[in-house]
Amino acid sequence: MTIDELIENFAFLDTWEDKYRYLIELGEKMPPLPESYKTAPWQVKGCQSQVWLVPSKEEDRLHFLGDSDAAIVKGLISIVLLIYDNKSPSEIKAVAVDDIFAKIGLKEHLSPSRRNGLEAMVAKIRQYADIL
Amino acid sequence: MYDVNKIREDFPIFALSINGKPNTFLDSAASAQKPKIVIDKMNDMYLHEYANVHRGSYLLSEEITLAFEQARETVQKFVNASSSSEIVFTRSATESINLVAASWGRKFIKSGDEVLISEAEHHANLVPWQVLRDEIGFKLNICRVNDDGSFDMEDFRKKLSSKTKLVAITGMSNVLGTIFPLKQIISLAHAGGAKILVDACQLAVHQNIDVKDLDCDFLAFSGHKTYGPTGIGILYGKYELLDSMPPYQCGGDMVDIVTYEHTTFDVPPARFEAGTPAIVEAIGLAEALKYLMQIGQDNITNHENELTAYTLEQFSQIKGLHQVGTAQGKGGVFSFVVDDIHPQDLAFILDKEGVAVRVGHHCAAPLVKRMGHSSVARASLGLYNTKEDIDILVKAINKAKTFF
Repeated sequence: MTIDELIENFAFLDTWEDKYRYLIELGEKMPPLPESYKTAPWQVKGCQSQVWLVPSKEEDRLHFLGDSDAAIVKGLISIVLLIYDNKSPSEIKAVAVDDIFAKIGLKEHLSPSRRNGLEAMVAKIRQYADIL
Repeated sequence: MYDVNKIREDFPIFALSINGKPNTFLDSAASAQKPKIVIDKMNDMYLHEYANVHRGSYLLSEEITLAFEQARETVQKFVNASSSSEIVFTRSATESINLVAASWGRKFIKSGDEVLISEAEHHANLVPWQVLRDEIGFKLNICRVNDDGSFDMEDFRKKLSSKTKLVAITGMSNVLGTIFPLKQIISLAHAGGAKILVDACQLAVHQNIDVKDLDCDFLAFSGHKTYGPTGIGILYGKYELLDSMPPYQCGGDMVDIVTYEHTTFDVPPARFEAGTPAIVEAIGLAEALKYLMQIGQDNITNHENELTAYTLEQFSQIKGLHQVGTAQGKGGVFSFVVDDIHPQDLAFILDKEGVAVRVGHHCAAPLVKRMGHSSVARASLGLYNTKEDIDILVKAINKAKTFF
C-alpha cells in the first residue's frame, strides 16, 4: 500500500470509531517484531505505552521495524513506517509528516503532549537518518 | 445541602464540550480545574493591584504585601497551623519536599541514620530521598502496602527503628486512593524519636487537614491540585524546626544583614522564600482555599465518599475490569486495567467520548510495578464530579471493549 492509498482509505471512513477500528486492523497486519528486539536499546522513550523501533540500512535506504504493546499505537506506528520505510536519509528529512497525518485526520496524535510515542518515534527516525 | 450542579457552574471550563461531548473531567488527581473566583482574583491583582511585595514604600506595594501575607494566614487557617510563620510558599509540593531534604535533611540526617518512606510514594517523595541518601550515606527503608493497597502497619512498625530520623509518607496515594492511618503513623514515628513529613498533595484536596491534631512536623501540598493556580506550593513546618534549618536558596528577601564579606539570614518563613515569590499565585491559592472552606471540607468529603461508593459499585459490574487499590475507606482515586485493552488505547477512546483519565505510571513507577502492572488507567474525582460523570465513564469503557 502507498501513502496515497492509505489517505484514500481513511477518507472513506466518516467516524472516529471507524478510523480507530481501521488503525487497529493496520496494526494487526504489521509483521511481528521478534521478541529479541523488545529490549531497552530499541525502546522509544517518552511514551505511555511501550514502543520499539529497529532500524537497518540496505545500500542507501533505511528500513524500520516497529511495534507497541498498545493496539491503536501499533496502528499509528504502521503508518509511520509506511511513510518512512525504504527511503534515503535525505528523503526521510524531506517528508512533511504533519501534512500526511492531517490528511489522514489523525493529526492530534503527533502532538508532543500526547506522549503516545509517535512524535518521539518520528524524531528517532530522523535521528537515525542523520547517523546511519 | 451539597448542590453539585451549582458548584459546577463555578467552573467555567465545564461549559465547554470536548470532542463534541460533555466535558467529563476525571483527572483531578493530576491537576484540578479552577473556579472562576480564583481566575478573577488573579486577573484583578494583575489589572489593578500589582507590584512587588516586601519592598516598596508606596501604596500598591503595601497593598499587595498585605494581600500576600493575608494569603499566608488563609493557608494557616486551612491547615490549622499555630502561626502563619509556619507556612512557607514554594513553587510546588515537589519543591516543598526538596526543601526539607536539602535544608533539614542535609543538616540533621547523618551517615548511619535511616529514613523511612512507603511503597506508595510518588516520585516527588522518593527521588529526593534517594539522591540525599547517595550524598550522605544513610539507609532508605521502604515500608510495604498490602496487595489491596492498604497500609501494612506491621511492616511499618518493623522498619521503624531508633535510627529512623525521618518518616516521609503520603496521606493518600495518588494511584491506589488509600488513605493512610496518619495519626497512628505519626504517633509511632514520634515515639521512636523520628520527625515526620506528610505528603498531603492528594489528602489536602479530599479531607480536612489539621496539622495540630496530626502533630506532623512537616506537611506539603500543591496549589494546582487544591483548585488553585500552578506554580505555587505549600510547606508547613513546626516553627522551631523551620528556625533550626539553613536557607534552601539564597538571594533577596531572605536576608537580615548583608555585607560583601558576610550575610545573616532572616527568620522563617522569609528565610526560605528567596527572590520575588509567586505573589499572584499565592493570592490565587488563598482564594481557592477560601472557596473550599466556604463549601466546607467535610461536605466535600461526604459528596466524594458517596461518589466513590457509586464508582466502586459501577466498576464491579464491568466484566474484565480489575481495580488496582481496593483498600477499605479509600478516597476518590481509581486505578484500573481492563482485560485485552492497553490503558493507552483505552484513554484514546475515552478521550473521543469526552472523558479525561490519565494513563501510565502516574509518577509512581515502582508502585505501579509493585501492584503488578507497567501502566494503569486512573480516574480521579474532584468536588465537581457527578454520578453522570461516572455513568459516562462506564459507558465509554464498555464501548472501548467493543474495539478489541
